[in-house]
Amino acid sequence: MPAEFYYGVEVFLNGLMAGVMYSLVALGFVLIFKASGIFNYAQGVMALFAAMTLVGFQNGQIPFAHLINAALGTEVHHFGWTLPAFVAIIMTLGVMLIFAFLVEKFVLKHLVNQEPIILFMATIGLAYFMEGFGDLMWNSDVKRLDVGIPKGGNIWVEESTAFLGGEDFYGFYLDSLDISAALIAAVLVGALVAFSQYTKTGRALRAVADDHQAALSVGISLRTIWVIVWAIAGFVALIAGIMWGSKSGVQFSLSLIALKALPVLILGGFTSIPGAIIGGFIIGVGEKMFEFLIGVPFLGGATENWFAYVLAMVFLVFRPQGLFGEKIIERV
Amino acid sequence: MLYREVGEFKTSYQSDQQTFPITSDRLVVLSLIFIAFFVIPFFITEYMASAIVLPFLIFGIAALGLNILTGYCGQVSLGSGGFMAVGAYSCYKIMTSFPDLNIFFCVILSGLVTGVVGLAFGLPSLRIKGFYLAVSTLAAQFFLVWAFTKFPWFFNFSASGQITANERLMFDIPVSGANVAAPVAYLICLIFFVSLAFIARNLTRGSLGRKWMAIRDMDIAAEIIGVNPLTAKLSAFCISSIYIGISGALLFCLYFGAVEAGDAFGIDKSFLILFMIIIGGLGSIFGSIAGAAFLVAMPVILKNIMVDFLAWPVDLASHFEFLIIGALIVFILIVEPHGFAMLWRIIKEKLRLWPFPH
Repeated sequence: MPAEFYYGVEVFLNGLMAGVMYSLVALGFVLIFKASGIFNYAQGVMALFAAMTLVGFQNGQIPFAHLINAALGTEVHHFGWTLPAFVAIIMTLGVMLIFAFLVEKFVLKHLVNQEPIILFMATIGLAYFMEGFGDLMWNSDVKRLDVGIPKGGNIWVEESTAFLGGEDFYGFYLDSLDISAALIAAVLVGALVAFSQYTKTGRALRAVADDHQAALSVGISLRTIWVIVWAIAGFVALIAGIMWGSKSGVQFSLSLIALKALPVLILGGFTSIPGAIIGGFIIGVGEKMFEFLIGVPFLGGATENWFAYVLAMVFLVFRPQGLFGEKIIERV
Repeated sequence: MLYREVGEFKTSYQSDQQTFPITSDRLVVLSLIFIAFFVIPFFITEYMASAIVLPFLIFGIAALGLNILTGYCGQVSLGSGGFMAVGAYSCYKIMTSFPDLNIFFCVILSGLVTGVVGLAFGLPSLRIKGFYLAVSTLAAQFFLVWAFTKFPWFFNFSASGQITANERLMFDIPVSGANVAAPVAYLICLIFFVSLAFIARNLTRGSLGRKWMAIRDMDIAAEIIGVNPLTAKLSAFCISSIYIGISGALLFCLYFGAVEAGDAFGIDKSFLILFMIIIGGLGSIFGSIAGAAFLVAMPVILKNIMVDFLAWPVDLASHFEFLIIGALIVFILIVEPHGFAMLWRIIKEKLRLWPFPH
C-alpha cells in the first residue's frame, strides 16, 4: 500500500473525530429545537460562556473584576485560590441552570407564538448579549482550560496500527483529546436517549416536542419543560465548551463553532439526535477529505472555511428536510 | 400638535398610495433632503463624516437592500458581508481595468456584477426555505470571502493581498481613494443613498413589491394566485444584491480606501446589517434607515459616554456594546417585533387623530 493511501485513511479518521466535535455542539441545537421549535443560535456562545465560567471558577477569578476596577478604581482580579475541576464543573452547571431559568423568564415567556424566524433572531440577540456578558464577567483574554483530559497523539493507537504498513509507517496519528471527545459524545447520546425514553420528564419532553398544545392540555407545564431543556442544552454546551476549550483554548473563536454546527444540523435534520451525529461525521470527514484530495492540490487550501456550507446547500436542494428530518408538508 | 387633519379623508387610490400622504411630512422630508445636499456639505468635518455620517449612508444602502430581500420577500440572508465583498472587489477590478471611467459608473457596474452573483446564490431559495435558506446563504458568505483572499487575480496579484482604491479625479477633485475630502465623499454617498431609497420605495409599492410581499406572507398561496416564485424570489435576490454591492463598493472606495476581504467583509458585517433591519423594522424603508442610523450612532455614543466621560478602558466599552446590542434586539423583538418603523407608525396614527380620537 502506498504511503498516500495511509495518509488518506488518517485524514479520514481525523475527519471522523472532528465530526464528533461538531456533533457535540449540534446536539444542543437539536435538543432545544425539538422541545421548543426554537433554532438556538446562541448554542455556540453558550459553550464559550460555559467554558469561560469553568476556567473562571477554577482559577478563582473575581467576576466583573474589570468593571469593578473601572468603576471603583480598585485593582482586584483574583480571589487567590484555585478549585479542583470537579467542583468547578458542578458550579458551572449551577450557573447554566440559572441561565436557563433567566432565559425562560425574560425571553422565551414573552415570545410564545411568534414566528420561528423571529425566535431565531431573538437567539442571535441573546448570543450577542451573552458574548458581551461573558467578556464583562471573565474578561476576553485567551484562557487555557485544563480539566485533566489527556492531550497529544495517542501512543496506543499508533503502536497498534503500526503493523498495517511497511517499514516507514508508524501507525495512525490520533489526538487523545479527540478520542475522549468521541467516547464522551457516545456516553452523552446514550444518556440523552435513555433520559428521553425512560424517565417521566423525558416523556413530557417528547410530548412537548410532538405537539405543544396537546401537551399543555394534559397538564404538562411548558415553562418548566423549557427551563429543563435549556438547562440540558447548557449542560451539553458545557461539555462542548470543555472539549473545544481544551483543544484550542477558551477564546472568542469558540463561539463560531455554532456556525459550523449549522450545516451539520441541516444535513442531519433538525429534529434527529442520531442525525446530528451522522451529520457531524459527514461534515467532518467531508471537509477533511475535500481539503486533502482537492483543496490543497488544486484550490490553494483553506477550503474548510466554506466546504461544509456549500455541501449543506447542495444537499438541501435535493432533500430539503435533511437526512433524518421529518418530511416537510406545506399547506395553504 | 404637529398634525391638524383629525382623521383620514382619502378619496382616490392615488392619495392612498402616496409615500408621504401628509403635507407637513412631505415638506419636512424635502427640507431634510435640501439641508442634506446644500447645507451639511459646508459644515461636515472629517471626524463627523468618518465616525457617523459615511457609515450611516453606506450601511443604510446595504440595509435597504437586505430589507428588500428579507423584509419584503421573506428570504433571510446571512451572506450580505460576502456580497459587499463582491461589490468592493468588482469595483476594484473595474477601476483598474478602465482607468478613465467615471466613479459613478464604476460603482453602479459593480452593483450590477453583485446582482448577477446574488442571482446565482439565490437559486437554491427556490427549494430551500426559512432558516435552512439562512444557513445556505452562509455558503455565499464564506465561499466568496475565501475566493477573494485565495485567488490573486481578484486583488491584481498585490503582495499584501489588499485592494487599494486608486485616486481618480472629477472636476479636478479627488473622488476615490484615501485623499477624498469629507464633503465630496459625503455628497457621492448621499446621491446614491437618496436615489436608491427613492427607487426602493417605488419598487416596493409597485407590482414587484406586492409580489414579494405575497411570497413572504405565504409562498404556496402566492403561487396559487399566480405569482411566479421563480421571478419574484430571484428578482428580490438580484435587486438586493445590487444594493448591497453598491454599498460594498462605496465602503471600499470612499470610506476605507484599502480593504482585505477577510477583515472588512466578515460574517459580523452580515449580522450587523441584519440587526439594522430587525431593529429598524422588517419590510419598511424608513425602518432600514432608522435601524442603520441607530446601530451606527449607538456605539459612537456609548463609546463617548464610557471612554471619554467615565474614563473606562476601551475593551470594557466594547463588551458593553455587545451586551447592549444583544439586549436591545431581544427587547425590541419582545416589545415590538416590527421595530422602530412600527413604533413610529403607531405614534403618527395617534398624532393624526389628536385631539379627537373618537
